[in-house]
Amino acid sequence: MRIDLNEIQHWIAQGSRILDLGCGDGTLLKFLIDNKQVEGYGLEIDPEQINLCIDKGLNVVEQNLDRGLGNFADKSFDTVLMTQALQTLHYPHLVLDEMLRVGKECIVTFPNFGHWKARYYLATRGRMPVSDLLPYEWYDTPNIHFCTFKDFEVLCREKNIQVIHRQVVNEKSLLTLKDVAPNLFGETAIYHLRKSV
Amino acid sequence: MPITLPADSVGLVTPQTIQFNEPLLLACGKTLDNYQLVYETYGQLNASKSNAVLICHALSGHHHAAGYHTMDDRKPGWWDAYIGPGKPIDTNKFFVVALNNLGGCHGSTGPTSINPATGKPWGPDFPKLRVRDWVASQALLADRLGIDAWAAVIGGSLGGMQAMRWALEHPERVRHCVVIASAMKLTAQNIAFNETARQAIMSDPNFCDGRYLEHNILPRNGLAVARMIGHITYLSDYAMGEKFGRDLRRGSFERGTDEPVEFQIESYLRYQGDTFANNFDANSYLLITKALDYFDLAREYNDDPVLAFSHAQAKFLVVSFSTDWRFAPDRSREIVNALMGARKAVTYAEIDSNFGHDAFLLPNPRYQQVFARYLAGIATE
Repeated sequence: MRIDLNEIQHWIAQGSRILDLGCGDGTLLKFLIDNKQVEGYGLEIDPEQINLCIDKGLNVVEQNLDRGLGNFADKSFDTVLMTQALQTLHYPHLVLDEMLRVGKECIVTFPNFGHWKARYYLATRGRMPVSDLLPYEWYDTPNIHFCTFKDFEVLCREKNIQVIHRQVVNEKSLLTLKDVAPNLFGETAIYHLRKSV
Repeated sequence: MPITLPADSVGLVTPQTIQFNEPLLLACGKTLDNYQLVYETYGQLNASKSNAVLICHALSGHHHAAGYHTMDDRKPGWWDAYIGPGKPIDTNKFFVVALNNLGGCHGSTGPTSINPATGKPWGPDFPKLRVRDWVASQALLADRLGIDAWAAVIGGSLGGMQAMRWALEHPERVRHCVVIASAMKLTAQNIAFNETARQAIMSDPNFCDGRYLEHNILPRNGLAVARMIGHITYLSDYAMGEKFGRDLRRGSFERGTDEPVEFQIESYLRYQGDTFANNFDANSYLLITKALDYFDLAREYNDDPVLAFSHAQAKFLVVSFSTDWRFAPDRSREIVNALMGARKAVTYAEIDSNFGHDAFLLPNPRYQQVFARYLAGIATE
């Protein structure tokens, strides 16, 4: 289980109604159904991932997130989730708006492009960072909209989005540096959001 | 003709006929006192009778969905690509029932049957049927076969409409509902195609107000044109271009010649039309296309599809095909959205295919995977 998925469950209420955007192979949705008795749907566009969701008996719906969530009513889900997909979208800010319209709350996770390794790579080699976490070359990466934690929080302020919780997680969380300077040492951010009233 | 039957075929099958003598009250208000249904079965019904799957056919389908009737058959049943041992509808796991619907022309009671009141063929007097009448008669067939609940009711196109109606009319008898290349109601364009086809039939001089059988003639030309119109709409521009392009069957455009030119597509369409006209009844075609046009899943539920599906208990698999313009992916998404609005279990896949509406009948790796994996899940429940 990816470390960010394990953290997310703490912010999900028992028996709540979930929409998982870019649900991948359905690992998180299945985990939440088994452990939190949630009900809901996963949206995905990758045929192979959809197959893996079907194998798990999940409700998976083929839908392109860049076309919005116009087929879902306002506040029709308790929580709308999107893990590690924000950076793959053509219009991440619009999808974020849609998530906050459809869900009472939202949980978003994404990789931190401000991590020191990425900064060091770019600074010393003058080339776009390639690492274990982000193993793609710039021209064939599905990740087309990178941001840092700071960038994301600026967007939240501009959009009047309230950050309920923020958690920074690393694959090897031996160091506590991420808690001191998360935008430099944090690998993955998990944001728990809702629209400010 | 297969000299030996393929290993993944259900093999040689024999249609069965079942007679019903209890009056069936139809949606139009009339009753059918006696009728028969022709059906085939593949696979074995298990002891708990929990592995039965119903196949609902589309406009031109019938009970012969898989396998061969004789070793001389040129082609297997119409959905042989998807029904058989190891195929998506795996006959090693499921007991598959496929019937010819009431009003059809392949053995079940329909316009070509004798009207007991007159001793002549029913012809145009056969009661107008709606999708719910087919569902009602299929439910009676299930009763006679001792099947309380279907593991799945499966249908493409018009068959998908029957599957959805099943889920609303008999929610406790449908565990899974598989709706392929279908719609909750036809669009105006779709009705327009059907009406053009019907007009082709009715304007054939041999039609005789539908009493052609009494005159020992058939409105073959009209029926063939109707089929040609339909066939065009079931294919995609791409598929037709790929298969036929502008290839000529005969003639040429050379200067100095005025021999008639025939494109391959013309000859193909005529062949399809003629073949169909020899195997289908014109009154059945009118009756079935009307049932298609009239179908509106949510009409009796305040025109609210979410309210309609709130009555369902089944889990749903919905599948559409990218180039299907007769039952476009948007129609399937409407079904999916209504199901999600009603908080029902649903899985949806939009399959990339170049073959238009016909794609639901044709082999396609992704379609086969989605279908097979979903049904594998049902088999292990």
